[in-house]
Amino acid sequence: MTDVTITITDREGVSHTIPAPTDMNMNLMEIVRSYELAPEGTIGICGGMAMCASCQCYIESNHQLPEKGDEEEAMLSEAFFVQENSRLGCQIHITPHLDGLKVTLAPEE
Amino acid sequence: MIKTDILIIGAGPTGLFAVFEAGLLKLKCHLIDALPQPGGQLAELYPKKPIYDIPGFPEILAGDLVKNLMKQIEPFQPEFTLGERAETIEKQEDGSFIVTSTSGLKHQAPVVAIAGGLGSFEPRKPLIPNIQQFEDKGVAYFIRNPEVYRDKKVVIAGGGDSALDWSIFLSDIAAEVTLVHRRNEFRGALDSVEKVQELKKLGKITLITPAEVVGLSGINQLEAVILQKADASEECIEADAFIPLFGLSPKLGPIADWGLEIEKNAIKVDNTLDYQTNIPGIYAIGDVNTYPGKLKLILCGFHEATLMCQSAYQRIHPDKRYVMKYTTVGGVHGFDGSIKEAPKAVVKSID
Repeated sequence: MTDVTITITDREGVSHTIPAPTDMNMNLMEIVRSYELAPEGTIGICGGMAMCASCQCYIESNHQLPEKGDEEEAMLSEAFFVQENSRLGCQIHITPHLDGLKVTLAPEE
Repeated sequence: MIKTDILIIGAGPTGLFAVFEAGLLKLKCHLIDALPQPGGQLAELYPKKPIYDIPGFPEILAGDLVKNLMKQIEPFQPEFTLGERAETIEKQEDGSFIVTSTSGLKHQAPVVAIAGGLGSFEPRKPLIPNIQQFEDKGVAYFIRNPEVYRDKKVVIAGGGDSALDWSIFLSDIAAEVTLVHRRNEFRGALDSVEKVQELKKLGKITLITPAEVVGLSGINQLEAVILQKADASEECIEADAFIPLFGLSPKLGPIADWGLEIEKNAIKVDNTLDYQTNIPGIYAIGDVNTYPGKLKLILCGFHEATLMCQSAYQRIHPDKRYVMKYTTVGGVHGFDGSIKEAPKAVVKSID
């Protein structure tokens, strides 16, 4: 098993540095849920289909992330609190090169 | 007043399947749902997406699962109150409940099963500071009667199918239609995008992209909207109506105030027995409930619905004895007189 270390700032502004597995087919939204960094029912509402923006986060490190897909792009074009560095956590797969990633959760809509 | 045996709140897969299990016990169901069609999330959010963990179906499209469930429960003649949200619940002296939906329609039943999933789908409202002040005074989040917009100046915001389709539709009715979207790209059926393109060329739709509505102004009634463009410059355009169409998001809504024990945005239930809530006679099944080890899966909702119906039966008929019967043995006897049964084996001697 290989873990990467990710730093997530929750909606209260508290920073959490946590290990995230790269071999469990998990995405960033699921990592947040597994550590309960946001209350259930306020994140990952659509289950990870890029159909809600409840897992929106801001990428704060210089990691090269995979390009946004059409569905993510479309959802972010209608989401609120969107910034240049906004992504949907559910579309970010945990891979070895995400080690050291820093993100902040966007406010709840 | 609508009277039924089990009043089901939410017409998603769990609520629909509960009708079948109740029907086997000769209990009638009525369903209330805020959406205009049955199926819940499956019909509203992802009808064309496949599901792989419905037992017995290696792969099934969400929309097809809903279609199959509707077919399966048809013999039990469920009734629906669609497009309305369950607002209030009142316990009666005889132990039954009266649930009132948005239009004031009352539903009475001895058992209420909340199968509300993520909650009722409500329009996502843009974050414009004074938007509430103009609700019903020019601002609407969905279009009930397009005639209201005849000869009016209408501004629509959004980049999906409903924004495109309503812009097209209203371009024939309204004096002016302006479509505002934060991107140049629209996400919708290709012919809708092309139709808007065509209407733009004909001057029947004004397209402003990329831009965002950031402010509203008017004295009593909406008079203008303030747009912010990509270069941060602002523009004020006259408008009688502003219709933001940013899709729907689920909210637990009024159910949260029914005196039920809520944990993690879900209703706590007794998972050792029958998925009853802290109020006897009110059950919660499917994604809307929570208990230790809860998984929000359709297949778990089906199981919960089944056990709920057994408990509801005992509650409604405390003096009757009943043992569960396999459908292969007992068949399915619809309230419509239809009968489905396994063919009898032929007993014949061979000479």
